[in-house]
Amino acid sequence: MNKASAVAPQDTADKPVTGPFTGNEAIARGVWEAGVKVAAAYPGTPSTEIMENVAKYPAEDLHAQWSTNEKTALDTAIGGSFAGVRSFAAMKHVGMNVASDALMSFSYIGVNAGLVVLVCDDPGIHSSQNEQDTRVFAGFAQVPVIEPSDGQEALDFTKYAFDLSEKFETPVIVRATTRLSHTRSEVKVGARVEPDDKGFDENPSKNVMVPMNARRQHPVVLKRTDDIAVELAEGPLTQVEIRGGKLGGKVGVITMAMSYVYVKEVMGDVSVLKLAGSYPLSESHIRKFTDQFERIIVVEELEPVVENALKIMGIAVEGKSLFPRIGEFSPEIVREGFVKAGLLEEKKHKGAFDLAPMARPPVLCSGCPHTSCYMALRALDARVAGDIGCYTLAVAQPLEAIDTCVSMGSSIANAVGMAKAGTETKPIIATIGDSTFLHSGIPPLIDAVYNNANITVFLLDNHITAMTGGQEHPGTGITLRGEKTAKVDYTQLIKALGVEWVETVDSYDMASMYQSLREAVEFKGVSVVISDRPCVLDPVKIKGQAFTVDQEKCVACQSCMNLGCPALTWSEGWYEGRHKVEIDPQSCMGCSICAQICPTDSIAL
Amino acid sequence: MAEKKNGPTNVLIVGVGGQGVIMVSKVLAMLCQNHGYEVKQSEVHGMAKRGGGVFSHVRFGSSVWSPTIPVGEADVLVALEWAEALRWINYMNPQTGTFIADTQKIVPPFACRVRDRGADAMYSEETPAEIMENVRAGYAMDATSIAEDLGNLKAANTVLLGALSNSLEFSVDAWLEVIRSFVPPKSIDINMEAFAKGREWAQAGPKRVDENAKGRGVSGRDLHKQVETKLEITEEWCKGCDICVKMCPERCLRLNDQLISELHKPDACTGCRMCEWLCPDFAIKITNTPIMEPAE
Ligand SMILES: Cc1ncc(C[n+]2csc(CCOP(=O)(O)OP(=O)(O)O)c2C)c(N)n1
Ligand code: SF4
Ligand code: SF4
Ligand code: SF4
Ligand code: SF4
Repeated sequence: MNKASAVAPQDTADKPVTGPFTGNEAIARGVWEAGVKVAAAYPGTPSTEIMENVAKYPAEDLHAQWSTNEKTALDTAIGGSFAGVRSFAAMKHVGMNVASDALMSFSYIGVNAGLVVLVCDDPGIHSSQNEQDTRVFAGFAQVPVIEPSDGQEALDFTKYAFDLSEKFETPVIVRATTRLSHTRSEVKVGARVEPDDKGFDENPSKNVMVPMNARRQHPVVLKRTDDIAVELAEGPLTQVEIRGGKLGGKVGVITMAMSYVYVKEVMGDVSVLKLAGSYPLSESHIRKFTDQFERIIVVEELEPVVENALKIMGIAVEGKSLFPRIGEFSPEIVREGFVKAGLLEEKKHKGAFDLAPMARPPVLCSGCPHTSCYMALRALDARVAGDIGCYTLAVAQPLEAIDTCVSMGSSIANAVGMAKAGTETKPIIATIGDSTFLHSGIPPLIDAVYNNANITVFLLDNHITAMTGGQEHPGTGITLRGEKTAKVDYTQLIKALGVEWVETVDSYDMASMYQSLREAVEFKGVSVVISDRPCVLDPVKIKGQAFTVDQEKCVACQSCMNLGCPALTWSEGWYEGRHKVEIDPQSCMGCSICAQICPTDSIAL
Repeated sequence: MAEKKNGPTNVLIVGVGGQGVIMVSKVLAMLCQNHGYEVKQSEVHGMAKRGGGVFSHVRFGSSVWSPTIPVGEADVLVALEWAEALRWINYMNPQTGTFIADTQKIVPPFACRVRDRGADAMYSEETPAEIMENVRAGYAMDATSIAEDLGNLKAANTVLLGALSNSLEFSVDAWLEVIRSFVPPKSIDINMEAFAKGREWAQAGPKRVDENAKGRGVSGRDLHKQVETKLEITEEWCKGCDICVKMCPERCLRLNDQLISELHKPDACTGCRMCEWLCPDFAIKITNTPIMEPAE
């Protein structure tokens, strides 16, 4: 029995509010409305704001938390489902790689109370390390994936996913993309349902994945998948739009998610089968649509998941021969595909201007505590295994101080491998942020100690998960809901792992930073230097008095410009053919690093 | 406002991280929603905060499909920064679009990286006057200075909204009501004034360029003749203290096997003399000789 809850927390009156909600806000609303009681996530653009928004709903309604990584987030949600309450985990696409081990087995076990995993893909790689397609993962894990195309659907599909999950005892993936997550539109909201707690399901032969049980479950999963395919095809999320006109009977388009709105934008009058999601698909239902047309065109962003599935069914389709497999779709890209297909006229809008745009890559903020760390590494001439966070930006000019960056937590073990290869003459240093260290940096550090690698680990502690917009983590001692909690003591932790050389330095003290790093690399074995200064942007903006450059004294040596601080720029003055430097008082944070670096003492308060 | 046959109205708002692009587009989106339009406002943030370019698409009408504006179909381009205006200018509809840009320049550190003699910052070279010649309608205005004169730099965005208000159908009161709900209570008055100033500035006609907006300057390369740099190290005097190696801004020195300083990346050396000045033992000598132009 479901009972509707009282007034929603964001409602100002007693009738439901309507957006504008971002896709992420709508998903969060859907989570709350579905009666979820346990929700966990690790931040990752573009998914981060989902859990931030879930946490805006009352603590009495649901528990919402940051986990240390995506696997612990999913495992927490799985625990919630075991215990009989609706549970939810959110992550970005690459987070699914981390969480996948749990997902693959939990797919066999199946849910007790509903469990939904929200995964945000990033076609076009706006802010990621790759553009993998989560729909492939869904097929791999034999878990259904459903794919909203706008804010309203983001809410409705999320809510529906919980019903589907319980009906078929399966985890369900809801897939968003950057564009959906970060688009605001009007959204009609509903009330929260409060499903009765199911309690723990004492059923070890189902809940304990040992080989015997897994062998029994695998055919169950296959059967379940077939049933879900039919359910989705006949359910409310699948839309069939049959149009007459000049393409009537000739062309049928199969599409889903954001691709659908682009199809509607450029091909308003074509017949469309809008899928609930790309996996699983019901052949008989697909054929009911495709049989009506001479030509079938599949429009899907990234991988040819649906296209290949249809080809396996023996249905002739066109897809990636018309639309790219790489990058984010846009109205013009989808339009070009239909032009290629001979269904639209080429549009002759040659831009009036032929300008080469100026490069404006993202940079470390002025006053960023990471800047001095990489400046020191530059001087050390070390081999630097980097990791993922704001500090990855130190790879670019002018700092150019990172040699590798693979995935979150890779740096330390990469450094171990480089050291063990025995080919490197430079000191080997792994740089890793605080949030990344907690996410997946501790096991490799144990590895390094255990295997006695001669490396230095530079833990860049800026007291926050900065890259994703400033989220708390176990090292900050504050929870997602802003409550005080236990705080990781890095020095104690690292010593307990067996590291003998640990030192903490102030990121705004260049001299100690140089000194400490020199000593650390001289130490034979694992040494750890912790740089300690809060991010100047989050959780609070830190702004000190601005420094100024004495134009008389500056000899334009460009040492300070090597910091890449955005507050430093060239002035109108010259010295021996090079621009002198000045500081923009609006953006200078007053960190003093440039003043410490300037060989001529030209920079002062 | 530009005559629209069908489909939504498209406003593209662009700028640099931290300038308030998202805020400006939220104001517009709210205004449209208040007037009963379907609105989609789409942005991509993430890297944006770190000084990169930021853009936000606002589309409104009786129905909106794609959240992003097709290239060449923006009815208005609003740019909070000059080079960003140029980056997105082809999104504007060339026949009917209106161009609104702050002429202020935010020069990124990336642009100040060439170390040759006379090298200038690599900022977009096109001047406001040149661009305005080729747009149908537009306003290249120094919104930042207008706001500064009013006493609050941050009101520059509201100045631009004032200019934008001429291109859309909403009443001044409706604009002000929404703006009021977005800005801090203390700065409401300044923002009201900023809006009026921007609106008035852009009422002069279909086109207007700020006369003070900078044109092309003299290139540094014409001012400063190229030199040939020679770096000599008196090896007997060098004691391998490493100071020059650590302090060279271009990282072009290193210690050799004998722990004597050597120039291992001569191409990167700018002849800045840092090593010469900082060497405690006067072991390094730099000579910069102007390169003579070959006689015609
Ligand atoms: C598996 C995975 N999860 C999440 C992300 C998104 N992400 C990129 S950087 C980052 C946090 C980095 O925080 P920290 O290491 O503290 O460095 P900071 O940005 O604070 O400098 C996150 C969560 C990712 N790239 N990969
Ligand atoms: S957000 Fe914080 S950590 Fe990231 S670049 Fe800015 S100051 Fe540095
Ligand atoms: S003190 Fe120097 S390095 Fe620090 S923020 Fe100001 S200009 Fe940048
Ligand atoms: S480091 Fe000092 S002398 Fe060198 S360019 Fe900067 S301000 Fe001028
Ligand atoms: S003159 Fe000396 S300090 Fe300057 S770039 Fe050349 S080697 Fe480096």
